[in-house]
This record gives sequence, structure tokens and C-alpha cells, in this order.
Amino acid sequence: MRFVRRNGLFLSGYLLVAVTVWIVFMIVLPQLYMVDFSFRPNLPLNEIGGPDDKYTLENYRYLVFGRPTDEALLNWLHLEVFFRTIIASICVTLLDFCLCYPLAYYMAQVARGGRTRLLLLLLILPFWVNEILRAFAFRLLFASGGMINTALLGLGLIEQPIDFLRADVALYAGLSYAYILLMMFPIYNAVESLDHNQVEAARDLGAPWWHIHLFVVMPFAKPGIAAGCTMVFMLSAGALAVPQILGGPSSLWFTQVIYDWFYQGGNWPQGSAYAFVLLIACILFVLLVMRLFKVGLGEIAR
Amino acid sequence: MSADVELDHITVRFGDYVAVDDADLRVEDGEFFSFLGPSGCGKTTILRTISGFLEPSEGGVRIGGRDMRGIGPNRRPTALIFQNLALFPLMSVADNITYGLRVRGVSGAERRRKADELLELIALRGQGDKKVGELSGGQRQRVAIARALAVEPDVLLLDEPLSALDLKLRQHMRTELRTIQQRVGITFIYITHDQGEALTMSDRIAVMSDGVVQQIDQGATVYDNPATSFVASFVGENNPFFGRVSRTETGFAVADTASGALVGRNPQGLREGEKAIVFVRPEALVVGNGAANGQANVIRGMVTNAEFEGPTVNLYLRVEGGREVMLLMPHSGGAPSLAIGEEAVVSFDPQRAVVLPEGALAGE
Ligand SMILES: Nc1ncnc2c1ncn2[C@@H]1O[C@H](COP(=O)(O)OP(=O)(O)OP(=O)(O)O)[C@@H](O)[C@H]1O
Ligand SMILES: [Mg+2]
Repeated sequence: MRFVRRNGLFLSGYLLVAVTVWIVFMIVLPQLYMVDFSFRPNLPLNEIGGPDDKYTLENYRYLVFGRPTDEALLNWLHLEVFFRTIIASICVTLLDFCLCYPLAYYMAQVARGGRTRLLLLLLILPFWVNEILRAFAFRLLFASGGMINTALLGLGLIEQPIDFLRADVALYAGLSYAYILLMMFPIYNAVESLDHNQVEAARDLGAPWWHIHLFVVMPFAKPGIAAGCTMVFMLSAGALAVPQILGGPSSLWFTQVIYDWFYQGGNWPQGSAYAFVLLIACILFVLLVMRLFKVGLGEIAR
Repeated sequence: MSADVELDHITVRFGDYVAVDDADLRVEDGEFFSFLGPSGCGKTTILRTISGFLEPSEGGVRIGGRDMRGIGPNRRPTALIFQNLALFPLMSVADNITYGLRVRGVSGAERRRKADELLELIALRGQGDKKVGELSGGQRQRVAIARALAVEPDVLLLDEPLSALDLKLRQHMRTELRTIQQRVGITFIYITHDQGEALTMSDRIAVMSDGVVQQIDQGATVYDNPATSFVASFVGENNPFFGRVSRTETGFAVADTASGALVGRNPQGLREGEKAIVFVRPEALVVGNGAANGQANVIRGMVTNAEFEGPTVNLYLRVEGGREVMLLMPHSGGAPSLAIGEEAVVSFDPQRAVVLPEGALAGE
């Protein structure tokens, strides 16, 4: 009731209603609806609510085992896409971390005010260009006749153009680039709040640079690192446009499979089930990693 | 182990700004040496130069006779205690203390032994598992000292480590620091802007102003025989009387000031006609003209204020020329001999006053 006294009856009433409506109608209900959907068979409109509309695990079973009539024991096609998506997202996350940590450290602890602001600006500016455009620009960069290949050929470093798209180089580059700021800012914020004297104290006590980073800076910045990694991983795994544009011809992203269920297959329950599996897998994975590194949820949101 | 530290004509510049100007001194092996000076005079800069975080623009540092040029802070036989301590907040007290040993690859068991030993030294036995945040200010202070001592440095550098503590604790820690230094027997280089700290703890003090070392001497010498007007006004209270030397005698000089002719010692050999300041300590002034030197050293004024401090009373006089003069009288009990608004005559013994060339005063 302190809340009411501090904000007045009208404002607190408004806040309570607004937050409740937001959470219930925007977050909980649609998701519950999708979950409900994923446990139902795919029926024509006129049979919905009819006798056949019973809860079933069929949609989930399909991801793992495929159709009962299939020869193979497991649905390798989709399972492989699923695991490759998870693993590739981990790689993208690690790549972003390796790119961002040194830069964030430099900006937060080494560079003087003016240079930090300049670097931040340079990082942010490209993101005024929208995601699709950036992805297509990358495609031009990495294509067989693209700038990189032309340059390499021109320098005589390679004989044949390298197919960066097929090798997924373009995909990794595009995804890392798309979410790099989400890694950058939490780490920068965390490292920035570290007292530089602690770095110097460690150095004065004889620590080599890698020891300082491993045992002084990174533990301190752990919540920021965790927040950045979580966001980049989640968003990479759930990305659609970038894999669509930059993925190699033979490498599907799991979200593309989901997309196809919804729009090509017209099978919404099946798509919901796939999407739900991806969501749960990502959450479990993140929780597991947080457990491993002993980070609490509260710290991330700090 | 312990070592001497030589600063060989060190100058440190930041761009055009000279933070330390030609510091040339030698700290003896096992000495408790202090740099004393007001904020911004370049004390931290000197300390960072000794510890290796800064390279001097000119000159060099030698520790134990070894030239330190190009040797980084992690490879110098010094340990620095930071102005804000810079303890590692996520580590336990014991882990903080033994961080330097962990860096050196010392085994866990050995580290625990060493931590216990140092916790004993700083009177925090059995508190090694606490988090740093759970300690009081004074305890944190001692942990910082233990962390620095753990790597067995030859020289311990302390950057105003007591400034964050309250007065009582600060006074207690002074004694404690001095005891620790005597026990471990290594060279301590201590930085402070608090003259009380410097005077009570140090074997010798270097007084600094604007990057220049003004005087290096034992505490009592700095107090009784200041080398410059800055030192005279910065260390302890002092009453300056501005004037011009009118006559000199062996070891003494007479200066004509707004308060009349004043005689004091003349350590710098000032000559007739030179501008000078006569410094008289509050405790050297006595009521009445008993301590006067013939006609000289008698000052007249009006009592403007009296502060009772317990053992002493601070008396303020407005003298001819408009300056305020402070006078320290032992409190003898009973009613004060002089009331506010009363005219008073005070005098001083020429032995206890010093005539110095005119120069900058502290805090102006
Ligand atoms: N990295 C730097 N770049 C430019 N100027 C600096 C730098 N470090 C110190 N200075 C300047 O040098 C002068 C001396 O600074 P220093 O930190 O040595 O003072 P200090 O005596 O330790 O003062 P305090 O008692 O306030 O700690 C100051 O005027 C400061 O502005
Ligand atoms: Mg300082």
C-alpha cells in the first residue's frame, strides 16, 4: 500500500491495470494460445471443435520421429537443422563475445572520453540502416563476384572465387554483426563500472594481463557478459531474415522450418510445436549455462 | 628483504604541465619516508613513478641500486597501496591477501598458511572467509596492507591510505602502521597531505609544493627549521609577518614589519634590504613583554576571539597592519586572563622565530 500512497490512487490504479493488461494480453495469452495450438491436430476449419479436436502429442512426435510411415527411425532432417541452429548460435555468441570484450574493455578502461564517444558512435551508426538492407549488403560483400572475392582475386591470393555463402561464412558474419551491439553494451556497462585501480592493483601485485582479465575483470563483468551472451544467443537462434538472406543453399535455420510450417505447409499446430520446442530449448540452455557460471537471473537484469 | 630508493633528478610532465619538477632524493633502506604536500602537488605522480605506472620524462628511479627503466609495475620489487585501497570486491579477505601469491603460482595450502600468518599480523585472525564488503573501514585498510605485504616487497608505497577513515581510527592506524613497519622492517614510502600523519610516523619527510620538493628532513627539523616560507606556513600553524630586513647580527636578522621591528633566526643568511617574512609559531608567543628582545618582538593588538580546546586556548589578536595573529596558551584553569575586546601585548623569544626570504605561502 506504500505504492498507492506514493503514487496517488489514480496513477497507481492506472499503472496496475496497464501492467496487468500488458502482461496478460500481450505476453501470456498469445503464448498460451500457441502452446494450446501445438497440442492439437491440424484440422480443416469446419472440424475445429468437433469430435476429432483432441489434445495430442503428434506434433512433437513428428519433430523427433517423423511420420510413422517413414522408413528411418528418426526425423533426421529436422533434428539436424535444430541442433545445427543451436550450435551455430553458440558459435555466433562466442564470436561476438571475442569481438566485443576487448573493444568494450578498451572503450571503458583505456581510451579517454572523446575517443570512447567516437567509437560508440561508429558502432551505433551502421544500425540506422535496417537489418534487411545490411544483410543484403553482406551478401554483395561475400558473393562469388562480390568485393572480397574480387579483391582476393585481384591480389592474386586465390585462383578461384571462394563460395563464402556455401561455407556459411556469410551467415556467421551476418548474424554476429546483426546482434553485436546487444553484446557490446552490457559488457561495456559492466566493465565501465570497474574501478581502474583494481586493474592496476592486480598488475602491481605481479599479475600478467591475461590473469587480470580472467580473474579480476571478467568476474566483475560477469553479469554484463551473461546478459550479452543470453540476448545474442536467443536472438540468433530465433533469427529469420539473416539466415534467409545469407544462409548457404544447403543449410537451413530452424526458424525457416517453422516459417515453412506456418506459411507453406499451412500447418499452424505443427509450426507452434516447433517454435515452442525451440523456445524451451533455448531457455533451458541459457539456464544451464548460467548455472555453470554461477550467475543469477537478478544479476543479469541489473 | 628491503632496499633503498633513489630518485635521480626526476621530472614528470603531462603535456606541458610539469607535475614533478626535478625531484632528487634518496630513501634509505628500512626507512619510513613521507611525502607531504597539499592536494595536487604531485605526490601520487611521484609514487606512480616509483611503482612503475609512469615513466619519468627525465631522470630515473633506482631501487636497491638497480635501474628500473623499462621494468613494469608487475616486475618491480614494490607494492602499492592505493588511495582508495582497490580491494577486489568479489574475493574473500584471504583471496585478496594472497592474490599476488596466486599470480606467482603458489600452491593452495601454502597460500592458506601465508594468509593465516598475515591475518595474524593485521589482527584479523579467523576472518579470512569474510567478503571485503563485510569489513569495517579500518579492517579493510589492514587487508590492503596485508595484500601488499604478501608478495614480500622490498618497498611498500602507500598513497594516503588513511584519508578515508574518521579521525579516531586514523590516529589509531598511525600507530598501527608504524608498528607494522617496524615489525616487517621494509622501506615504507608514505604519501599524505596531513602533516599530523607525516610528523608522527616518519623518519624523514619531504615537503612538496607544486611538483617541487621544498625540504627533506626529520619531522622536528621541518617544524623548527623550515627551509622556505611554504614549508613554514604548511607544516603546523605559523604567524607570518611581512617586511624587509633592516639589520643583521650573527645568526639573526631584524625585519621591519607593520607590527614593528621583529628579530628572529636567519638560517638563510638574508642581507639588509631584502624582503622577508618573520614566522612565529602560536606557542612561541607569550602574553606580556617578558620574552621581548629589548625594544623588538613586542606586538600589540586587540583580542578578537578565544577558542577553548581543552589543554590549550587559542587566542586571536588583531594586530597593527590588520592581520590576525594566533596565540596558543596552555590552559591553566580558572578564568581566562584576557577577555575579548581587550588590548593585549604579546612577545616572543628571537630563538623561536625564523626569518625567511619572501615566497609563496601554503593555501594562497
Ligand atoms: N594522467 C594525467 N594526465 C594529466 N595530468 C595529470 C595526470 N595525473 C596527474 N595529473 C596532474 O598532475 C598534478 C599532480 O597530480 P597528483 O595526482 O600527483 O596530485 P596529488 O599530490 O597526489 O594530489 P591529491 O592529494 O589530491 O591526491 C595534478 O595537477 C593533476 O591534475
Ligand atoms: Mg594523490
